[in-house]
Amino acid sequence: MKDHDTLEHRLTQQGISRRSFLKFCTAMASLMALPPGTAPAIAAALAQAKRPSVIWLSFQECTGCTESLTRSHSPTLESLIFDMISLDYHHTLQAASGFAAEKSREDAMKDFYGKYLLLVDGSIPTKDNGIYSTIAGRTNLDLLQEAAKGAAAIVAVGSCAAFGGLPMAKPNPTGAAPVSDLIKDKPIINISGCPPIPSVITGVLAHYLTFGELPALDELGRPKAFYGETIHDRCYRRPFYDQGKFAKTFDDEGARNGWCLYELGCKGPTTHNACATTKWNGGAGFPIEAGHGCLGCSEPNFWDAGSFYTPLAAPTSNIGAIAGAAALAGAAAAVALSAADRAKKKSLQQTHEKLTVKDISN
Amino acid sequence: MTLQDIAVKVERADDYSVGNISALLAEIATLLEKFIATGQSAEIDLKSLPMGALEYEQLRLALGQGEVAANLEAIGPSEIIETKYPGVWWVTHYNVEGDIVADLIEIANCPAILTSQPQDMQAGLARLQAAIEK
Repeated sequence: MKDHDTLEHRLTQQGISRRSFLKFCTAMASLMALPPGTAPAIAAALAQAKRPSVIWLSFQECTGCTESLTRSHSPTLESLIFDMISLDYHHTLQAASGFAAEKSREDAMKDFYGKYLLLVDGSIPTKDNGIYSTIAGRTNLDLLQEAAKGAAAIVAVGSCAAFGGLPMAKPNPTGAAPVSDLIKDKPIINISGCPPIPSVITGVLAHYLTFGELPALDELGRPKAFYGETIHDRCYRRPFYDQGKFAKTFDDEGARNGWCLYELGCKGPTTHNACATTKWNGGAGFPIEAGHGCLGCSEPNFWDAGSFYTPLAAPTSNIGAIAGAAALAGAAAAVALSAADRAKKKSLQQTHEKLTVKDISN
Repeated sequence: MTLQDIAVKVERADDYSVGNISALLAEIATLLEKFIATGQSAEIDLKSLPMGALEYEQLRLALGQGEVAANLEAIGPSEIIETKYPGVWWVTHYNVEGDIVADLIEIANCPAILTSQPQDMQAGLARLQAAIEK
């Protein structure tokens, strides 16, 4: 008897041809950074995949991650990706509200206990018993702990859920924490980024459906297929870095020639993400292609790492002033520079430094 | 209007080069040589390669267009072009919004996506027989 709950059956019912499905799988292979030749194998696995229940909880967040997903230019997200999952609760997207909405979450947790995927965006406030963010009168912490119990796996979508993000930036008034700090007994996959690349979110879901397991993760719990290399590794401007050709300001000859943005504060060398190849807005480009350096938004604590416009290799103090002192003080200068830099870094960690005009013009 | 409708002015395409395209052309030549010798087809996912807009245009100019061009309409359009080097195909899949979802160089006699699928043929046969019986 034919299984009526498989993706193949649902697509056939909708009149989608096998050729269309193969095209979709080719796009999926590209999404998941798999060799294009694997498309037929993906098609065979996906065709028999059953729709897992998905519960999506949004906590301390800006809804940018959901905006990212719903603006996804991956193959007809609206029809096919949502055909692949059963999104049983998402308080921004669902039509139901109030008690009906909460009941759908409770029903899904009960009916699919141990089998559903829990997607979380936003960090979780823990200070003062988590009172700073509540849904239907319950704290985010309470909702997370309850939903996590019956989850097969948890996907932390966005830098807030993965690493704490903006809510956890100093001075962290709500005691915000990432999912991985609070849930220790479930597999957690971190899809970091502010927001994450939409096709990376769908690619991870497709991987789970195709292979029935989570993809290989790096030491920060991110899928290696998308976070295995740095922006710098895959940047089309990388050859200019190797040639020592750098833009010094945003409007100089180097900037116009498309040279490397390292000296303008690009965080590409320390940032693991797929922006340089997957790109944004349907493949139109990514920040460096638009002439701005990478902010490093997919790395932990990027809000507290100093100015976006300070080169990675530069000390965080005014070198010029200290170098003047060095001429007078001789060998003591190195000690002064080091001590000043350490003090500035400590200060930055304690209070989030605001961007000034000077940061940009230097 | 889609992003692809916004005109892009390509400047200094001839003298802008960081070497990525020549490396890619060498890889294509190697794969074509292997296909001629062994019949083993191959694919290159262009979306996985770091290319700027200028380099992408350079690749298009370098490969050119050959004798065959086909269009597909399957959950969005697809363009299949045989380049000026027979056996080297450029396959671009779009979604219904007109955005590129897969961009491949295929080394083959004919790209796999063009061939009729057994399941589709079976369904088509059933429709044809039903039409005859009417």
